[in-house]
Amino acid sequence: MANSYAHPEVLVDTEWVSRHRSDPNTRLVEVDVDTQAYKEAHIPNAVGWNWQTQLSDQVRRDLVSKKDLEQLLGNSGIDNNTSVILYGDNNNWFAAWAFWQLKIYGHRDVRIMNGGRKKWIKEGREVTTEIPAISKKMYTATDPDQSLRAYVNEISSTTANPISLVDVRSADEYSGKVLAPPGLPETCQRGGHVPGAYNIPWGKNVNEDGTFRSFEDLRTLYEPLGITSNKNIVAYCRIGERSSLTWFVLKYLLGYANVKNYDGSWTEWGNLVNAPVAQGGQP
Amino acid sequence: MSIDHPTDYQERVESVPPFKIHITSYKIHETYHCSVDDFDPGAVIARSSGMTREEAELKAVMRAKERMEHTRVRKPADHEVQQED
Repeated sequence: MANSYAHPEVLVDTEWVSRHRSDPNTRLVEVDVDTQAYKEAHIPNAVGWNWQTQLSDQVRRDLVSKKDLEQLLGNSGIDNNTSVILYGDNNNWFAAWAFWQLKIYGHRDVRIMNGGRKKWIKEGREVTTEIPAISKKMYTATDPDQSLRAYVNEISSTTANPISLVDVRSADEYSGKVLAPPGLPETCQRGGHVPGAYNIPWGKNVNEDGTFRSFEDLRTLYEPLGITSNKNIVAYCRIGERSSLTWFVLKYLLGYANVKNYDGSWTEWGNLVNAPVAQGGQP
Repeated sequence: MSIDHPTDYQERVESVPPFKIHITSYKIHETYHCSVDDFDPGAVIARSSGMTREEAELKAVMRAKERMEHTRVRKPADHEVQQED
């Protein structure tokens, strides 16, 4: 039911990618949680971006700078008119993170391959280990669109500026039972969630095969909790990548106008001195 | 360009108390690849390869278990348990 999404143009399916992966004005980009996955195998002609070194500032905790993003895109054979098709592991966690950053910097045509790397591999489609030869291009980014990004001051002043918070982490992270996803480093001093935040784990947005759930399923997921199109909504997780997937769902699949991703997320809030913290399963 | 097609794709879930792991493996060319995620939320925490599925999975699962052993679990306070009842 992809055609009932508010912005169906931001999704392509694996068959479309198979047919268009060599189009001259199209650039496939793989962005994985596991930065070794691209080396193992990737879609022919896809370039690989490392979220840790190429989509983050390497000195302070911040997004990639405008200048560095321009260089990354140009080196990837992308100019301002290129159709960028993003995909990755973990049902597109970091593909959505890259999508969010490209929209912040004003790229017009960005799409996500529905189902991501998992669906492509499962379907037995073409893969290679060869890195494509790229002809560099010039890219000019816009100044960052801050309407897509939430900062800590917005989270802490919810009385003056009401927002609906969506915590997309697992129930155990939300309750404070664990400080990080099992097996990953703890990045916070305290466990729990921002008081008032609803827990809607990212995984509820997707089907078993990694594709996004239907418009109706998604609406049924969010609306009963008051996460509706007339609200100012902020999604957060631990470092902002899972919440960028929920941001994508709310903004582009459901079509909500005012949705931000709080990439400071729990790694910031759970380390703040004197910040209120709620523990347990209730908002 | 050298092109391959992944084959023999399998997924399953195993319990690693108090957590679960999700194991994915498949074959590309002559190598089996295995990735293990922590099921909930689903972050990949180990990856390995081998000439057989068993070899690839054994190494990846062992590595995943080692990483998960370091995860601390907080017991809920009494008021949290009451809230959730």
